[in-house]
Amino acid sequence: MINSLFPNVDWPKMWDATLETLYMTSVSTLLTFVLGLALGLLLFLTSPHQAWANKFANWLTGAAVNIFRSIPFIILIILLIPLTKLLVGTMRGPNAAFPALVIGAAPFYARMVLIGLREIDKGVLEAAKSMGAKTWTIIWKVLLPESMPALVSGITVTCIALVGYTAMAGIIGAGGLGTLAFLDGFQRSREDVTLVATVLILVVVFIIQWIGDIITSKIDKR
Amino acid sequence: MISLKEVSKKFSTKQGTIIAVDDVNLQIEQGEIFGIIGYSGAGKSTLIRLLNGLEKPTSGKIIVNNEDITSINEDKLRQIRHKVSMIFQHFNLLWSRTIAENIAFPLEIAGMPKEQRAARVKELLELVGLDGRGNYYPSQLSGGQKQRVGIARALANRPEVLLCDEATSALDPETTDSILDLLVSINEKLGLTIVLITHEMQVIQKICNRVAVMEGGRVVEEGDVLEVFQNPQQPITKRFVSQVSESSQAKQTIQNLVDLYPNGKLIKLVFVGEQTEQPILSRLIKQFDLEVNIVQGNISHTKSGAFGTLILQLDGEALAIDEGIRFIHEQKVHTEVINND
Repeated sequence: MINSLFPNVDWPKMWDATLETLYMTSVSTLLTFVLGLALGLLLFLTSPHQAWANKFANWLTGAAVNIFRSIPFIILIILLIPLTKLLVGTMRGPNAAFPALVIGAAPFYARMVLIGLREIDKGVLEAAKSMGAKTWTIIWKVLLPESMPALVSGITVTCIALVGYTAMAGIIGAGGLGTLAFLDGFQRSREDVTLVATVLILVVVFIIQWIGDIITSKIDKR
Repeated sequence: MISLKEVSKKFSTKQGTIIAVDDVNLQIEQGEIFGIIGYSGAGKSTLIRLLNGLEKPTSGKIIVNNEDITSINEDKLRQIRHKVSMIFQHFNLLWSRTIAENIAFPLEIAGMPKEQRAARVKELLELVGLDGRGNYYPSQLSGGQKQRVGIARALANRPEVLLCDEATSALDPETTDSILDLLVSINEKLGLTIVLITHEMQVIQKICNRVAVMEGGRVVEEGDVLEVFQNPQQPITKRFVSQVSESSQAKQTIQNLVDLYPNGKLIKLVFVGEQTEQPILSRLIKQFDLEVNIVQGNISHTKSGAFGTLILQLDGEALAIDEGIRFIHEQKVHTEVINND
């Protein structure tokens, strides 16, 4: 039945591509979370009146974030080919996509982290200071927990963007559902392959959004 | 306990330099409740933040607990903040933590082991009347309860000074009273020195021993609450005192009587403590040929004693009125003629 509806779909191959997409998305989301959080905290803490207030550091971080956020992802992949070869040693396979995915997504996430941190009530930060808290204590026990719903909904959005980025990373041979839809589906005029790959990507996106929403509402005690 | 010597704080903004605190000298004694009153922009918020180093003075010396906090390093300052804690107008609780975890926060900062923290938190919840609420989140509490959590949190590390930044300004009158009662009881129970800033004279009247009045960054008047109430010197102080001793309705009545009896004289008497027990009025009526009309009477209770105001209308011969007023003066009752200027 299923085979007659989608005659050209190679199901084991489709499944492998799905796993590749999930692998690339989850690892790059994790790395983006760490790097983006660090950049976002740096942007926040170096801004005026904050613990590490420093005009130059703030300008430099802000400039780096804006530049990498502005480069279209497809161009970023090409620009990063030398760096990828240096870091991963190859241009083939899912691992080769990570440098471009993380460098493309982390500045995007850093901006969302900054927005989340700025929403924290200044009075709460003042209260922590008045209790004699060190800056690191404030980071771990005030800044991160108090902005957690924003950090989680931000990483959900970023994760979904990364699903799209992994599809584009197909042009450097990264694999996954995007590559399958483009090479096996579009270029060989097999519409059923494109359709199935698209539906699978949609399912992945919906599941990510669903999980993100559940976590956000669970941790928000406001 | 706390002394400020020639303390000034200037902020430079794009519009120019703002002098928030201007050459302030204050001495706050151990165990007292010291109030600083002023309208918004008077510099009282900045002043209270100078006492725990959240703001650094531009010039002057601030001694807290025998330690010059203007010249010590950040590490030492953090240690001092365990002993000089603060509560806030908007409570500033962490919404991501339960009540118990909020109260435990300063203990975590001070490095107290976990088992001891739990016991201390339980003690504090009982002290502020919130036992059994430890697992609630701040969003589930009323404003007054949140301020109780703020107070418990501030007391966690057994401080010697409690700074109150408009602690009751966001609360309704009834809740304000219960929080003020709590502050008085911890002041008495723990011997804690309390410094509070407010724009409400009721707060000063109810719990303070001494008061400083701020205007334009300067302390324009300072003294025992009872004395300041009885005999305010500056126009701004008079305005604050009239907040609690005269109602707007009474002012209306005075205006009516001025219109009704243009020939009489309205005088305001201020009694303090035992004077309220002397039969001044009946003597006045017996000795002088005067019509005496009571326009308004009021007794306010401050922490260091009662004080009353009485507004009388005296009518009769001009000579008799003058003699009557002289008689009241002789009874050492503060007298003020408030019409026919």
